[in-house]
Amino acid sequence: MPDNFSTNPSAADSGASPNAAKRRPNAPLWLGFLIVVFAFLSYIPIFARYPVTRDMPWANFLFFALGLLLLFVGLRRAFTQPHLYRGKIAGSILSTLSVAALAFFCLITFSLGKHLPPSAQAPKVGQQAPDFTLADTSGHAVSLASLLSTSDPSHPTKGVILIFYRGYW
Amino acid sequence: MAISVDSPGESQDLCRKAGYSYTFLSDPNAEVIRRYDLLHKGAGVNGHDIARPAEFLLDSSGTIRWINLTGDLRVRARPDQILEAAKSL
Repeated sequence: MPDNFSTNPSAADSGASPNAAKRRPNAPLWLGFLIVVFAFLSYIPIFARYPVTRDMPWANFLFFALGLLLLFVGLRRAFTQPHLYRGKIAGSILSTLSVAALAFFCLITFSLGKHLPPSAQAPKVGQQAPDFTLADTSGHAVSLASLLSTSDPSHPTKGVILIFYRGYW
Repeated sequence: MAISVDSPGESQDLCRKAGYSYTFLSDPNAEVIRRYDLLHKGAGVNGHDIARPAEFLLDSSGTIRWINLTGDLRVRARPDQILEAAKSL
């Protein structure tokens, strides 16, 4: 009876409290938030291991999109049908956290990794690689020249791949 | 061959854990890294100078035939890229 609700506030109030007790939990809010947490945390242990999901983290963005969509559905239910669904406050907090997580993820993946020195004086293609001698894992001195030359004439060295990496693995 | 500021012991642990069988060299004071202009100042633990990621392919004469200087730490040379470049040797 819509007339009762609009004309008789006391009846509406008294009717609201039993309804509030019966309000359903808003599952999409929590599921969406869990998916956002997974989207945020999964990059390094899972998706960064495979070049196809590492170079452009589309898999993570897919999970972010799914999580935010569920949060949107849950938030809309909480605000448009508050008599049926809980989650106005929790949904607002979870949604804010989720958007912040997405923003932070974008900052980490698209900005922090790009602060690299220009290396303008690095050796160029066609130049001779400067020779050097350094200790290997057993502590023996190894030179670039010794890796390029080989003692086995049946298997001549075709080349050397030089990988500089950051360390601390 | 791989070069970093890690000590021989640290590199040995890495090789054992990851199963790498190629040569790992230690450049603890980043001398070679500096000579190749690949120093990333203060980017290591406790502000140590370390190498930026870089890959070079040399032919048997020591001439550089291919270089990958990534613009993003997350994006490194893929094995198939290096193998493709190595086909020309």
